[in-house]
Amino acid sequence: MTGKAAQPLIEVSHLWKSYDGHPVLKDISFSIEEGDLVSIIGASGCGKTTLLRCLNGMEILDAGRVTIAGVTLERKSPEERAGRDFQQKAHALRTEVGMVFQSLNLFPHMTVRENIMLAPMIVRKVSREEAECTANRLLEKVGLLKHRDRYPYHLSGGQQQRAAIARALAMNPKVMLYDEPTSSLDPALVEEVLEVMRELDREGMTQIVVTHEMRFARNASDYIIFMERGEIVEISDEDEIFLDPKDERTRKFLGQFVGRDF
Amino acid sequence: MHHTRYALSRAIRLIVLVSIGLIPILAAAEEPNVGTVTTDNTAGTVKGTPADMPPSTVTADTAEKGDAMQNDTSASDETADAEENPEEETEYTDADFTEVETVQASSDILRYGIDLEGGLPYFMDNWDGSGTLIGFEQEIIEEICRRLNRKPVPVQIDWDKLIPGLERGLYDIACEGQEITPQHEEVVQFTVPYYVTGLQLCTHERNTDINRLADVAGKRVGVPKASLAYDLLAKMGTVDIATYNTEVNGFDDLIHGRLHAVLFDQPVALYYGKPREAEGIRFINEEIGAVKYGFVVDARQPELLEQVNAILTDMRASGQLRNILERWGLWNPQTAREFGDPDIQPRTEPVMLNAWVEQSRPISGFPARIKRYISFLPLMGRGALLTMEVSILAMLLAVALGFMLATVRVYAPWPLSLLSVLYIEIIRGTPVLIQLYFIFYGLPAVGIKLSPFIAGVVGLGLNYAAYEAENYRAGFSGVPHTQMEAALSLGMTRWQAIRHVIAPQAFRIVLPPVTNDFISLLKDSSLVSVITLVELTKTYGLLATKYYDYFGTGIMVAVIYLLLGLPFVRLARYTERKLAAHLPTTPNLRR
Repeated sequence: MTGKAAQPLIEVSHLWKSYDGHPVLKDISFSIEEGDLVSIIGASGCGKTTLLRCLNGMEILDAGRVTIAGVTLERKSPEERAGRDFQQKAHALRTEVGMVFQSLNLFPHMTVRENIMLAPMIVRKVSREEAECTANRLLEKVGLLKHRDRYPYHLSGGQQQRAAIARALAMNPKVMLYDEPTSSLDPALVEEVLEVMRELDREGMTQIVVTHEMRFARNASDYIIFMERGEIVEISDEDEIFLDPKDERTRKFLGQFVGRDF
Repeated sequence: MHHTRYALSRAIRLIVLVSIGLIPILAAAEEPNVGTVTTDNTAGTVKGTPADMPPSTVTADTAEKGDAMQNDTSASDETADAEENPEEETEYTDADFTEVETVQASSDILRYGIDLEGGLPYFMDNWDGSGTLIGFEQEIIEEICRRLNRKPVPVQIDWDKLIPGLERGLYDIACEGQEITPQHEEVVQFTVPYYVTGLQLCTHERNTDINRLADVAGKRVGVPKASLAYDLLAKMGTVDIATYNTEVNGFDDLIHGRLHAVLFDQPVALYYGKPREAEGIRFINEEIGAVKYGFVVDARQPELLEQVNAILTDMRASGQLRNILERWGLWNPQTAREFGDPDIQPRTEPVMLNAWVEQSRPISGFPARIKRYISFLPLMGRGALLTMEVSILAMLLAVALGFMLATVRVYAPWPLSLLSVLYIEIIRGTPVLIQLYFIFYGLPAVGIKLSPFIAGVVGLGLNYAAYEAENYRAGFSGVPHTQMEAALSLGMTRWQAIRHVIAPQAFRIVLPPVTNDFISLLKDSSLVSVITLVELTKTYGLLATKYYDYFGTGIMVAVIYLLLGLPFVRLARYTERKLAAHLPTTPNLRR
């Protein structure tokens, strides 16, 4: 919840971002405590994905400040040059933040285990043995140990996303970001991915999920951020937002899901 | 952007490392063909003195022009004159034959500059395969050295570069039919004449109406390009003149009825025409013109000039020189007059000319032909080896540099990517032949002197790098951009992402076009013959002109090129399948 502790793990303040003069994020501010699982919901094009990408420096924010685990990305205005210094910080940020994308993007030319070992070896410079050991442990955790020597092409979408989570975890991130991790999957495969995320939540991992899985958002999240047209409309407790949305826009968005079971 | 900058610094470091790594390879690879016609005629374009003209040519063409015209056949430059013969190139591995740069001046040796290409009958490899040099000038030089008590050391260099090479101090004396003319005497130091040549008119038996020079009026006559013979016929006005780079082709056309006559320098006519008298070549006995030959001595060694003059004068007086010229069938009225010798008729048999005619008589009969082709194999093998060396090293350079160029073009900030684009467009937009000339003959002007082998590898490598860069660019864009994002989100730098994630995937995509380019490079490597490397195509030209057999030899060379390329096609297919292990089988990956 906002402002609970002195130093939240993630703090975003007055974040602005636009593409070609079209504002996508307008003055976004929020903070997240360590260990929380937060879902970001909202209609397509509301800026959820852009927000997530700003959080790991994949997008250069126009103005505002993002602080994650002590690393701060900041621009006072779009005129300020996002130079070398900014890029260096973005890079530092990414080593603390893991990300799983909507598209299945394991490295196709490597086996599952090699996918997981690569970044620790070349970024963290850990030894091959250590990387292998970590990879095995993580594959066990996401239930893919027996597929470790297979190539991504031979895995199902759900398996690929679980492997992608393991790959991100191998870098020991302080925060995991998920950009609609299940929306390119067969419905039957969604649950296995969500289960891994729940497991991580139990272990105390801080996670932010952009999702359309309302049931998961409601059941697993510590709280939910609802966005519309580049703004945060409502941040609230997961049950509260579903049972008693404070804002009319939230009510309208969730109204689409009436009759569904979540 | 930090990442790209970082990537760039890494890229530059890699380029440097690659180049450093390549140097010993190049150097090592160069070793085997030291013996072949490696010349380092770097001086060629730097100073084109008017003196560097072939005998009986009217204008001194620049080196480039000379070489450009002849790329495949016997490259005896268009300024063809007296040499232009089937030279042979057989034994350049002769221990005496030292590479240009390495021969240090010494009072124990006499370094003499020659060109074995078209060197007959001045200088040529002994046809007995012994690896020794023979030729009438060779015999004169040997006698001079014997009297000076210095060891003769031949220095191979392009004919056009003989004088510039002398001025650079690559050797002490320049040989091979240097014409003594007033213009030449202004710029170089000639010895006394050791031979006076003339022009030889040859026709075919069927042309019974041609019995002297005046009879060729209104006929079609072949002459060397830009030669004294050309001027002579041009003055007659009514002659239909055909010019030749390679006299052998002139004789071919004469035999095939495309010409009525040829007017070539005597030594050339003798050594190329005599073996073909059986095919109807007829020599017209008429004295036409006179051109004196003298050696050119290094202007910084006046005492050497004096010594050589004394020796030549003595050899003329004693009949020793006459004896040599007679052995080679070159004794003529012009020389007799110059020597003050009243006896115009030769006293002895032209044994060397006869031996040459004997050994170069066209072979008839299938088994004999096959036997000859088999005897070509060692030479062709050597040519093929050089072709492979040049091609493989050039390709390695092209792939490494092309990868860098593509990386910079696709991922670096705009000023750098613009440079990459410029490089690619300029290199692709200009002929590789010009690039080779520029690197080999042009760069010495700014102090960069490369050996022919290095220049060939660098020239082809830099050229193909532009094409490989475009291949890689296509490869890069064939990899989904989400791969880059995934890699970056794992904390990799851009360069790490390119190297570990993008490039390996791109590599599989570009393998087929890169293989294609390699095959193409294998064939384009024949262009390096213009910078004096005797690779496969050049070997073809040499053998074909020597034995008057473009047909069978041509088929043989074509087959060798095919065989050279095949293993690489197979290797590429194999690699492609390997790299596609993680992918579903697609139709184009079938065996």
